[in-house]
Amino acid sequence: MLEIKNLHAGIDGKEILKGLTLTIGEGEVHAIMGPNGSGKSTLANVLAGRPKYEVTSGTVTYEGKDLLTMPTEERSREGVFLAMQYPVEIPGVNNIYFLKAAYNAIRKHRGEEELDAVEFLQLVRQKMKVVELDESFLNRGVNEGFSGGEKKRNEIFQMAVLDPKLAILDETDSGLDIDALRIVAAGVNALRSEKHSVLVITHYQRLLRYLVPDVVHVLASGQIVKSGGKELAEELEQKGYEWLEPEAAVAR
Amino acid sequence: MSNTIEQIANQDYKYGFVTDIESDVAPPGLNEDIVRLISTKKEEPEWLLEWRLKSLRHWLTMKEPTWANVKYGPIDYQAIRYYSAPVRKKQLSSLDEVDPELRRTFEKLGISLEEQKRLSGVAVDAVFDSVSVATTFRVELAKLGIIFCSFSEAVKSHPELVRKYLGSVVPYTDNFFATLNSAVFSDGSFCYIPKGVRCPMELSTYFRINSAGTGQFERTLIVADEGASVSYLEGCTAPMRDENQLHAAVVELVALDDASIKYSTVQNWYPGDKEGKGGIYNFVTKRGKAMRNAKLSWTQVETGSAITWKYPSCILQGDNSVGEFYSVAMTNHYQQADTGTKMIHIGKNTRSTIVSKGISAGHGQQTYRGQVLIMKGAEQARNYSQCDSLLLGDKCGAHTFPYIEVRNSTAKMEHEASTSKIGEDQLFYCQQRGISAEDAVSMIVNGFCREVFRELPMEFAVEAQKLLGVSLEGSVG
Repeated sequence: MLEIKNLHAGIDGKEILKGLTLTIGEGEVHAIMGPNGSGKSTLANVLAGRPKYEVTSGTVTYEGKDLLTMPTEERSREGVFLAMQYPVEIPGVNNIYFLKAAYNAIRKHRGEEELDAVEFLQLVRQKMKVVELDESFLNRGVNEGFSGGEKKRNEIFQMAVLDPKLAILDETDSGLDIDALRIVAAGVNALRSEKHSVLVITHYQRLLRYLVPDVVHVLASGQIVKSGGKELAEELEQKGYEWLEPEAAVAR
Repeated sequence: MSNTIEQIANQDYKYGFVTDIESDVAPPGLNEDIVRLISTKKEEPEWLLEWRLKSLRHWLTMKEPTWANVKYGPIDYQAIRYYSAPVRKKQLSSLDEVDPELRRTFEKLGISLEEQKRLSGVAVDAVFDSVSVATTFRVELAKLGIIFCSFSEAVKSHPELVRKYLGSVVPYTDNFFATLNSAVFSDGSFCYIPKGVRCPMELSTYFRINSAGTGQFERTLIVADEGASVSYLEGCTAPMRDENQLHAAVVELVALDDASIKYSTVQNWYPGDKEGKGGIYNFVTKRGKAMRNAKLSWTQVETGSAITWKYPSCILQGDNSVGEFYSVAMTNHYQQADTGTKMIHIGKNTRSTIVSKGISAGHGQQTYRGQVLIMKGAEQARNYSQCDSLLLGDKCGAHTFPYIEVRNSTAKMEHEASTSKIGEDQLFYCQQRGISAEDAVSMIVNGFCREVFRELPMEFAVEAQKLLGVSLEGSVG
């Protein structure tokens, strides 16, 4: 479903991803771990089509299509979702209004009929339970005055409603307490199915206790330097990233 | 800033009206003869002519103000025609003859077919004729003793009321543009709500016919007698083109004891082209006076005009009187706006609220200028001011000039100000959720204006939101 080949990309003329290759199959959950500055967030942003990030070479094929030539909103409508590391506030715009606009834009793209307010509210209520959010939350401004944990839960809530085929979580676990972490993991686990793929980007292993990945990759200096099963995450937690440095050096 | 924002900011003004002006006009220039001509044409009484002449004589001694943060070439006041017969629009036989682009805008604004016809000068069939609808409403209002008519009509039918209140809030000596208006005002609206009467409807939509063709020097006078209340809507979200570049209107509100007046404006005059050529100069004086326990509320959505110079103000004369000012002003391309309010606290326990939202795009320049004055006798006065600016792109500007003067130590003052930019982060966030850049900008801007929109009467609020959407529409998507 997602095939990244020899991807070179960066920001402000500085190359950060240096030939990254990664394949994610349908229904798989992959985790990418790595030290700060290794290119984890760059990968997430390049896949989602954030302006300012430049791809210099390589290909990304998503469901047989060239992802890199798709405009940002089209990637979303095709089912790519990015749970952001730093979700922005949009003051004065209702959460539910925002989410309905997003949901219906995606449905329209698929040639489906838009949901009306009542139908949409039913869907939303159902999904709210998963992330344990209160209904009053729907009428607050998008992320306006939210705590860090609420913002992250909102990302997972949006993900649950929009039901993406490929969900990318960019350090969603950072700064979360154990309860929030459990809720985030529950949201992702609820999405898990043969049809949904997930790419979890994280600095720590702790999220992966609740959310067991099929494959774990280590990203260092813009390349995947090691891949393995879930036990690799535990190994990293114990040993840190330094023991991989020689491999990173080879990769360089 | 990204191209997207630039493209959105650079969209065209969505048309105005094709008009055919009949040629009963005075020669250009301004002198006593012209003022006499205006007064004669309007069959005015002697006292009003005298008032106009006093104004003219005073105006001739005045200098055009230069303190506003706006730039424009010199205006040749002797080159302007100060009288022309009411403009009549060319009658079209069906909406098919109306510019399709204009119709598209009407549809986006959600203006009804009948209203579309009226606005674009299509002959309407008798049943739906807005004049007759207006007449029906007028009969209903008359039962309550409410007077609502054109200014000229009021001069004839209720001279004692006009004479009593004309210039009582904005004296003829007030300022350069108000004084000019006092000398040459064309027409406008007059409204009187008798003691204890609540006006049962928003004075708006169908009544707009009353002020059609009143031209560049409008004069509005609204008087709410003791315990009366009224909500008045001025303007229209549909785009308006006008032959006259200079507009200098005066609006006076008088709220007697326990009365309340809510005045809402949507202004969408021609803003000029992308290079900043043409467009209306809108130099308006709006002020209200509130007596004991009275309340004045100004709400404005200003998206049009090349230059806006406007400070709807409240004189809180009576004890416990309340003044409010809620404003959204948008400048795009080369538009300039210097707008805000004045809250003059004279009575005890007077309260005022100012919420101003400025949006700048393109090369637009936006200035908030507000004065809060607490006079010596205004015990326990309170003011809350909030001025927020939103910038789209990096070629526009936002400026804030708050003037606060407190002469009574029991006053409580709060002032908040912020400036933000529609960031690429916000746009990206929306787009990553599948929302187009255009819809995202419109959503963000509307969210920014929410505190003001909720003060607008329901139907106006919906129109205003759509208007901002249309005004920001671009070529992306």
